Amino acid sequence: MRITVDYDLCESNAICMAILPEVFEVREDDLLYILDEFPPEEYRSKLEEAVRRCPKQALTLED
Amino acid sequence: MRHVIVIGASLAGLAAVDGMRRSGFDGRITVVDSADSLPPDRPPLSKQVLGGTMSPESATQPMAARLDDLDIELCLGIGATSLDAASRRIALSDGSTIVADGLVIATGATPRTLPGALPGVFTLRTLEDSVAIAAELDLEPQRVVVVGAGFIGAEVAATCRSRGVEVTIVEAQDRPMQRVMPGSIGDFITTLHRDEGVDVRLGVGISSLLGSSRVAGVKLTDGTVIDADLVVAGIGVTPATGWLEGSGLELGDGVVCDETMLAAPGVVAAGDLARWPHRRYGEHLRIEQWDNAIEQGGYAGRRLVSGSAEPFAPVPWFWTDQYDCKLQLAGRVAPGDEVRVVDGSTAERRFVALFRRDAHCIGAVAVNRARHAVQMRAKLSEPLLWADALAHFGVDDR
Ligand SMILES: Cc1cc2nc3c(=O)[nH]c(=O)nc-3n(C[C@H](O)[C@H](O)[C@H](O)COP(=O)(O)OP(=O)(O)OC[C@H]3O[C@@H](n4cnc5c(N)ncnc54)[C@H](O)[C@@H]3O)c2cc1C
Ligand code: SF4
Repeated sequence: MRITVDYDLCESNAICMAILPEVFEVREDDLLYILDEFPPEEYRSKLEEAVRRCPKQALTLED
Repeated sequence: MRHVIVIGASLAGLAAVDGMRRSGFDGRITVVDSADSLPPDRPPLSKQVLGGTMSPESATQPMAARLDDLDIELCLGIGATSLDAASRRIALSDGSTIVADGLVIATGATPRTLPGALPGVFTLRTLEDSVAIAAELDLEPQRVVVVGAGFIGAEVAATCRSRGVEVTIVEAQDRPMQRVMPGSIGDFITTLHRDEGVDVRLGVGISSLLGSSRVAGVKLTDGTVIDADLVVAGIGVTPATGWLEGSGLELGDGVVCDETMLAAPGVVAAGDLARWPHRRYGEHLRIEQWDNAIEQGGYAGRRLVSGSAEPFAPVPWFWTDQYDCKLQLAGRVAPGDEVRVVDGSTAERRFVALFRRDAHCIGAVAVNRARHAVQMRAKLSEPLLWADALAHFGVDDR
């Protein structure tokens, strides 16, 4: 499983970080950092939720 | 339950479908919407689409890409005209009726309009509205009057101004977004718009629209006349419940639900039209916000097919974009709450402010401080002592 962000779309509103801080972090510089591009399977449903609730639809989850 | 009908194919309706499918429901789902095409994602309509930086076709809702996975029968261009809640029988605008085992009501809300409609006067809810207003802006109007400084009005003003148009905001209340924001944050919004060159008139209403074949201006309640060739009204919305009169459902500024979004046996409601008792806040809420529509829709769908659920009691959260400011508000705040800026400053357009009621922090607003907004939202899901909230930002209680 691989999670990627389209930085042309991402507006750093940190919604994904609220859902899964283990993987998404918006830092003081206002950029989103993906902490683990290949996250463990246990995070799947949270990752799907983040993809769904990103207002910019900037996240993609691939198998 | 074998057949569920969802009325409204927008954010809440499709989130409900997603919620049902995720709970393993494999029965038939019919989704009906009176719009002729799949409803758009609405937030860009007052921002990027209106500003000309996003094509109208790109403003698609999150679920649009996954429609195939949801396995639904989608009926567009067909409205629901009435319901009998006890038998779950719905009459549709094409003359047919359907009876379902379960029903999701997600018909959202429609904008209030100014009396005396004239060409050149708009409201903003649909993609067509946004495209039509953008086309007017292409004609380089002399001045746009935005009526109402709620968040849609304020965004429209900001977008028009960013396109170089002269803008006047007329707001009957003393402050922008008075319904949802404490006063000092409203003052920040006023200053923001004035600094960007918008003429902001507060505490004054519109007494009439001027013009004969097309709008030429507005007359204010204090007698002032403002010339304008374009007027956009952002004076709030009403829940789209007209078709539910006589259905047996309780209506009262929305569809009244229980703590689990159930409006009647086998009937749930979600999104802009749903009113429900929020256990933690001890009051009925109806929330007109994007994230709520998704979360509540998903919840209502799961609740409908699985039969039981914990009460729905999230911390409300929304964002608005105006100029270079991304403002996020988490929690349940009232105009009278005490406000304390705990990080940054309003002058920098980058700050976090906390709201206090009695011994507790009950909300937070963040401008260009997104990570703090979402962290505060998480903290606010439990009662949060004011002192603890301050300590989180390294601020002493004084
Ligand atoms: C311009 C604009 C900008 C916004 N920006 C933000 C923002 O920045 N942040 C934020 O948090 N929120 C924002 N919102 C609010 C957010 O978009 C709404 O809360 C959300 O769309 C609500 O979703 P809903 O599914 O409840 O209702 P709606 O999106 O209103 O959808 C209801 C659907 O029901 C259909 N319908 C109505 N009556 C019938 C009927 N009788 N039969 C069949 N179908 C019917 C309609 O055609 C519509 O498609 C914005 C809204 C607008 C209009
Ligand atoms: S939710 Fe989307 S827009 Fe927001 S920070 Fe995450 S990826 Fe970026």
